Amino acid sequence: MIELRGRSEIAQIRAPLKKTVFRLEDHPEVSGSFQLVSTGTPRGFTPPLLSFSQDIDNWEGDLIIGPANMSYLKSGDVIGITADGRFLDALWRGNGTTNTLLLTERCDNYCLMCSQPPRDRSDDWLLDQAFEVISLMPENADEIGLSGGEPTLYGSRFIELVAHVRSTLPVTALHILSNGRRFSDMSFASEYARSSGDGTMVGIPIYGAEYSLHDYVVQAAGAFDETVDGILNLGELGQSIEIRVVLHALTAPHIVDIARYIARNLPFVDQVALMGLEMMGLARHNLNRLWIEPIDYLEDLAEATQILDSHGIRTYIYNHQLCTLHPDIWEFAVKSISDWKNEYDPVCSDCDVVADCGGFFHSAKYGSSSSIFPVLADGTPKFGSRSIPTVVSDSKIWSRRKIPLVPVEASENGQIDDDH
Amino acid sequence: MTQREIAEQSVPKSVNWLPYRFERLSSDEVLVSNIAGEWVLLDGQQFDQLATLSFADDDLVKLLLANHILITEDDRVSGRLLSLKLATRIRQLPELTGLHIFVVTLRCDHSCEYCQVSRKNSNSTEHDMSWDDAARALDIVFSSPSTNLKIEFQGGESLLNFELIKRVVVEAKRRNIDGSRNLSFVIASNLVPLNEEILTFALEHSIYFSTSIDGPEELHNSNRSRPGRNSYQLATDGIASIRKTLGDDYVSALMTTTERSLDQPEAIIDEYVRLGFNEVFLRFLSPYGHAVKTRAISRYGNRQWMDFYQRGLKYIIELNRSGTEVVEVLASIYLRKLLVNDCGGYVDLTTPTGAGLGALVYNYDGDVYASDEGRMLREMGDDSFKLGSVRTHRYKDLILSERFLDVVEDSYAPSSPMCSDCALEPFCGSDPVFHHSTQGDVTGFKPLSDFCERTMTLVPLLLRLYREDRFCRDLFTRWATR
Repeated sequence: MIELRGRSEIAQIRAPLKKTVFRLEDHPEVSGSFQLVSTGTPRGFTPPLLSFSQDIDNWEGDLIIGPANMSYLKSGDVIGITADGRFLDALWRGNGTTNTLLLTERCDNYCLMCSQPPRDRSDDWLLDQAFEVISLMPENADEIGLSGGEPTLYGSRFIELVAHVRSTLPVTALHILSNGRRFSDMSFASEYARSSGDGTMVGIPIYGAEYSLHDYVVQAAGAFDETVDGILNLGELGQSIEIRVVLHALTAPHIVDIARYIARNLPFVDQVALMGLEMMGLARHNLNRLWIEPIDYLEDLAEATQILDSHGIRTYIYNHQLCTLHPDIWEFAVKSISDWKNEYDPVCSDCDVVADCGGFFHSAKYGSSSSIFPVLADGTPKFGSRSIPTVVSDSKIWSRRKIPLVPVEASENGQIDDDH
Repeated sequence: MTQREIAEQSVPKSVNWLPYRFERLSSDEVLVSNIAGEWVLLDGQQFDQLATLSFADDDLVKLLLANHILITEDDRVSGRLLSLKLATRIRQLPELTGLHIFVVTLRCDHSCEYCQVSRKNSNSTEHDMSWDDAARALDIVFSSPSTNLKIEFQGGESLLNFELIKRVVVEAKRRNIDGSRNLSFVIASNLVPLNEEILTFALEHSIYFSTSIDGPEELHNSNRSRPGRNSYQLATDGIASIRKTLGDDYVSALMTTTERSLDQPEAIIDEYVRLGFNEVFLRFLSPYGHAVKTRAISRYGNRQWMDFYQRGLKYIIELNRSGTEVVEVLASIYLRKLLVNDCGGYVDLTTPTGAGLGALVYNYDGDVYASDEGRMLREMGDDSFKLGSVRTHRYKDLILSERFLDVVEDSYAPSSPMCSDCALEPFCGSDPVFHHSTQGDVTGFKPLSDFCERTMTLVPLLLRLYREDRFCRDLFTRWATR
């Protein structure tokens, strides 16, 4: 787990910074330090020197000594600095496997398991910041993600941002997370299609094979029809589409129906991501409604995956440890949850496939499957000296150890305590 | 952030029917389907709820909404999805006439009792196709709109006129020099005349072979007699040579069910597996040509064939379950219609009819038929499906003749009596040649039709296996999408 945000050790700033988004470049004179590059330089503004070592001598100008736990930052990375110089945010990292820009916290869905709970307040500065980050990113960057909240709530400014990515970063893969509803407006979808160019994909969730389940999960009446309509519009416009399904107690029992629905109704999509529940934000709050042992949907997830794969739809399984998946579908499991999230349970040290396993989100400390156990290379559980209760699931024996999962309570002031 | 109050799942209240058809498959099983090929299998009590729109079961409502059998009042996507699915289902229709069968000779060294053609065993070439007729047939081939053109050489024994095959292949490739069509070639042959020259030519032009294997050696040789009683040996030798020279995928085999086959589906399937084939097509015997004359066709009925088929299918499923991957082709054709938005490209089980629209047959004498069976009917004195001749007709004359269009229209399943309200129609097809030859009418009276009975038996069989057996669901999905 790496920290994406930190407090500066030292911030020697004479006046508030006139720019707050910078690309790091190795300093030509002060070794081990970075000079900060911004888009345009306002009159009279010289960006501070950034270093992660304390022993900077003879530096006359503004100086920021960054937090030690962010010393992973490298030349080419893009960061945000608060105007007082006291806080640093890693916004884009060349070494990162997942670089996603949060565009807004506003959303017209209110998904029960949202890891980024919506807030209804103006945060347009996030969009301005995204324009800057994209301008500063190296042209050969592999990938950039845009997410929210719901990015399309910005309407034409969202389209401008997409166009900005495509003109500034022509070879960078662009992945957008959206609830898809705005695309049900064909003129908006067409505008998007005119800007998206090559290498742009939009990931859109479907949480049911019919409206009532989806609308319940996203807590918005009419959302399902708009989302499906949006997907159809994007499909008609030849856009790259990913469908995302988060698996929890409400959706997992219907995953076969959902897969069949996608295969029959939306077979033109490029890929489907089947994702485990992340213990963040509202998911923790609504855990009583949402928690299901992955092993309880093991067979259904295998069947759903095979339906999608047979229909030629590229399928990925995220956020599932291999011991919670049917070995028949291990090949669809994506190893990396993300480079700042992977962690493993102590029992995993005995596992033969731990090297191929994605492990856990850091947030799994708030709860994870109680059926994590070391397995042999063919998926058979390793019993070792443990004496653990077993259940029989379709001729394969799976072990479980029960740990009670406790949902977090909202604290007294109604805030959910989250460490992000 | 303040936690919003959670709105509970709203159970659909006001729902209505979308157009659907239903068929009672048994006392407690009702198949419900729609024009786009969506289907659900309900029990009697569930169906009553659907029929009366009085639902005791929310999950049933959701199932029916998901499959577009029901619609809610304020729904805004189901209509669009249904029309898209229907359009997808019939998208291949403009790709007219992709299969072109050249009957290059009627000569044959075999005298199979079920042969659908009056074979000629003379050495004279009077029953060979002439180059002039073949060249005219190619004019027609390249006039058809399909981007995929498959030219299949049949006989008699097609390889007895290999010289013509060579010229047709070379000329067809010359005409496709711009690569605008995906051109492929198949030689249907008993493989007896196969030699180095033929293999070399086939390799050079990526030609596929289709041969006959009826089952184990004894059964095969009884069905397919030739001097020396060695048809099996020669066919399997030929298969081995083709695989060695061209590769495993370049030869496939078909079986024909005779009375002798009926009690040994397992042995037939084992034979295919032993010979290294990964698919078996358990085919029924068609009531044409020599099969009628020798009464081979009347020695067993449709029911017996279906018993044979069911035994064979179950055996194939068990083979797969124990790790031997083998596909039953007829099941895969039905399953494609059931599980994919596609009516499939199999000319004998599609509607509008695949005869003519999907395939044309150029007889050795230049006459053009809507299907191979149509050519066989002609051998029996009935020229109902003769569309014209390469000497006098162009593609459009053949396809747009009033007589042929009447056949297409009269046999179109969605508007045929009894088919139009049948829940299995989206998974079935039209066979005007069969119904004409068995009932004297291209539409046919379906309760007396073996064609209808086969779909009405096999589709429910497949649906039950799909519903009850997780292994079958995975297997069938793979077969449907292969």
